[in-house]
Amino acid sequence: MIGLLSYAVFFSTVASILAIAVLGLNLQWGFTGLFNGGVVAFFGAGAYGTLILGGTPQADHLGGFGLIYPLALAGGAVAAGLLAWVVGVLTLRLRQDYLAIATFGIAVTFENVMRNAEALSGGAKGFRGFERPLRGLFGDGFAYNLFFFCLVLLLLVAVYLFLERLVRSPFGRLLRAIREDEDAARSLGKAPARVRLVSFITGSAIIGIAGGLYATFYAFVSPQDVLPTLTFQIWAMLIVGGAGNNRGAVFGAFLIWGAWTASGWALSRFAPVEAQLYTGSIQYILIGSIIVAMLLWRPQGLLPERLVLSQSGQPVKPRQQGA
Amino acid sequence: MIQNLADGILVGSVLSLGAIGLTLVMHMLRFANFSHAELLSIGAYAALVFDGVFAAILPPLADRIGPLSMTWALVLALVVAVAVTGASALVIDRLVFRRVRAKGSELSMVFASFGVAMIVRNVTGLVFGLGTQLYSKDIVFAVVVSRDPMLLIKPDQVFVLVATLLVMVALHLVLSRTTLGFALRAVAENPVLAQVNGVNLARMIALVWVVGGGLAAIAGVFYGLTNQISPMIGRDLVLPVFAATIVGGIGSVYGAALGGFIVGIAANVALAVLPSGYSPSVPFLIILAVLLVRPNGLFGEARA
Amino acid sequence: MDDIVLRAEGVVSGYVPDLPILKGVDMAVRRASVTVIIGPNGAGKSTLVKTIAGLVPLSAGHIAHDGVEIGGIRPDRLAAQGIAYVPQMDNIFRTLTIRQNLDLALRHAGADAAARLEELYTRFPPLAEKRNDRAGALSGGQRQFLAVAMALATRPSLILMDEPSAGLSPKAAQEVLECARGLTAQGVTILLVEQNVKQALRLADHCYILAEGRNQLDGSAADLLSDPVVGEIYLGARRKGAA
Ligand SMILES: Nc1ncnc2c1ncn2[C@@H]1O[C@H](COP(=O)(O)OP(=O)(O)OP(=O)(O)O)[C@@H](O)[C@H]1O
Ligand SMILES: [Mg+2]
Repeated sequence: MIGLLSYAVFFSTVASILAIAVLGLNLQWGFTGLFNGGVVAFFGAGAYGTLILGGTPQADHLGGFGLIYPLALAGGAVAAGLLAWVVGVLTLRLRQDYLAIATFGIAVTFENVMRNAEALSGGAKGFRGFERPLRGLFGDGFAYNLFFFCLVLLLLVAVYLFLERLVRSPFGRLLRAIREDEDAARSLGKAPARVRLVSFITGSAIIGIAGGLYATFYAFVSPQDVLPTLTFQIWAMLIVGGAGNNRGAVFGAFLIWGAWTASGWALSRFAPVEAQLYTGSIQYILIGSIIVAMLLWRPQGLLPERLVLSQSGQPVKPRQQGA
Repeated sequence: MIQNLADGILVGSVLSLGAIGLTLVMHMLRFANFSHAELLSIGAYAALVFDGVFAAILPPLADRIGPLSMTWALVLALVVAVAVTGASALVIDRLVFRRVRAKGSELSMVFASFGVAMIVRNVTGLVFGLGTQLYSKDIVFAVVVSRDPMLLIKPDQVFVLVATLLVMVALHLVLSRTTLGFALRAVAENPVLAQVNGVNLARMIALVWVVGGGLAAIAGVFYGLTNQISPMIGRDLVLPVFAATIVGGIGSVYGAALGGFIVGIAANVALAVLPSGYSPSVPFLIILAVLLVRPNGLFGEARA
Repeated sequence: MDDIVLRAEGVVSGYVPDLPILKGVDMAVRRASVTVIIGPNGAGKSTLVKTIAGLVPLSAGHIAHDGVEIGGIRPDRLAAQGIAYVPQMDNIFRTLTIRQNLDLALRHAGADAAARLEELYTRFPPLAEKRNDRAGALSGGQRQFLAVAMALATRPSLILMDEPSAGLSPKAAQEVLECARGLTAQGVTILLVEQNVKQALRLADHCYILAEGRNQLDGSAADLLSDPVVGEIYLGARRKGAA
């Protein structure tokens, strides 16, 4: 019983962390129409940033600034935001493909640098030497995991509420207006590139928070955690849940993470031993197929966007669609 | 240094062939196709399969051609691989991209291409195994061209370069001399006007996929010939190929050809300065540099 | 009856589903005539010719060419059937040379292509002179002639022209319009959208006035030219009428 409960807490913690990342991506893609092909770079920047800032001194790599945890986590988010600023400034005024390619590129490069720059990141062995916050109080067992789950949940709710308010604010309407018709927005005297940049950086910082939490949870991060496939998983969560709908984003995160874990478990349990090596391949084929199928048959996701723009660009009343 | 340059030119020829197809697709269908590099992988494996088939049917075909590690069987297999890959590109378009195009935005296409890449790469891994393979296990020794500075070149590498240049000249002739080439360029510039002038748009799009797939197959086989074949070919080449198209300017065939060589050479020369582990980062640095200095690339035109 | 090359009845069409731009337009174009369409900006003039050319989907109504229904036929097929269309903007391939532009247009002419190319060069000497230049380097007037030459390449029976004189000097505009008029002598039918209303009406046989996606008025060009109401709205006080 305790085993099951502890697994449920573990599962929900990871799913909630990923949900935060999906919410960040939703701000970029769902509400602004920006294609971030390198989610994992911002996730990674948050993860490494948090550990470097909050970790204890290490002999062989950077770190040990020993900042109090909230500052370290915020620092991770800032690192992710800075990375987004660099990419965004360079690409957001160009045709959309450039952002997709540049973000994809920065993710490849980020992983590559973390793997090689041992003095910065600990290299392929990963980054150690991080004390989880309040470990003294909760220890290392179930109690800690429960505490950490509450922390993650709190942040998830906070990010959710923040984004809900944001997208209902005049700024949020502006984002959608630009997404729908850039020229019209420009003719209203708005600078679409600036607004997009703000959205892109904010979304990336949120993804960075998720990365920071993820690294905190394991008190460890390595290049294996920032492979391009994570980008793909987070995207799948958003597309399945429903881009443009924050509730859908959270729902998608839990659903896909559940499917991912379940398929991994089923394959390890029932697949013949010689096929075990291919577990990852099979999982990726499944998830790739889910994404393509969603795009073909239900591009709006399971929980579609509720605000619909009328012809005049004014949001119209929520139109309830299937769940 | 000179050795890096020579290796860079070789990698560049593979990237050029990949980038030409990608730039055509990106320009005509208006989306960044992240699955294009998987076509190189399809081509490389198709050739591997048919190389074995031809060598088994007609053993004399398995003899090496002169100093090359290449056999006549592989030459035939290359031809088949071009056809198979072109057809695969077309089938993927019919099954996925054309349908997404009909209902979604250009960015949905980008995303669909991520999904397609993931599926193709992992199916390849399932079918052919995750390990690396070679067309020929014979060791072909490199020729010492010069000792100071040291320069080693394998006969295969010379062959790949010459063959790439020939393919490019052929493509140039088609684009600049035939009305089919004009039609392709016309569709790239202005699809509506092309239709009004009697060009069948659907047929041209199909042609672009077939040409892009065919060139990718050649690139994939050349990559396999000079490196090794693995399901990760697509993953490893997607960024350099994108970098080549961006350097050349999206939509410019000549730009892509040149861009491939530039990226190949830059990535290898950079290794003279950087530790070798960093080579996957070089294409991104090149992309950043181009975006800073000349966002539309060498030959590209601004387009919203 | 067979004098009518193009007949449109109750044409409804638009760019987005459920948002028609044309809301039931009727039109009949006589063989070897010049018919001009005028109307305020946004009236749907371009949309009408694009619908006829097969570029905008027809959601209701009929369009017949020589008595044969052509609604829903692909643009490249229509071109092969003798309906040529010269768009309002971007009507040549800038990255191709003039020669390549014409070769492309003559792609399906087969053995006849060489002779027709010579014919076009003779008709438009400036194009012959610059045949190996990129078309993007042509002047506005020369571009318009190249666009017309490309349209003529398929020996069409009907040419749709969208504001061929837009952006041209009055002299060049007059030349383009006269060129269009001249084509009717060979049996070609011209359907023209124009903002240079006075100039166009002098050359045209018949005129349709469109407003807000509907027919507003039509009649012989000479009648409309002397019609006081039309004169006030479209000729004399054009600036005011554009609002
Ligand atoms: N590609 C398009 N997509 C959506 N709406 C369009 C498109 N082109 C035109 N429209 C709309 O259709 C309406 C009619 O446009 P159209 O171009 O037919 O007008 P027009 O009479 O040719 O005007 P003008 O004199 O300015 O050329 C306009 O309201 C315009 O906004
Ligand atoms: Mg118009």
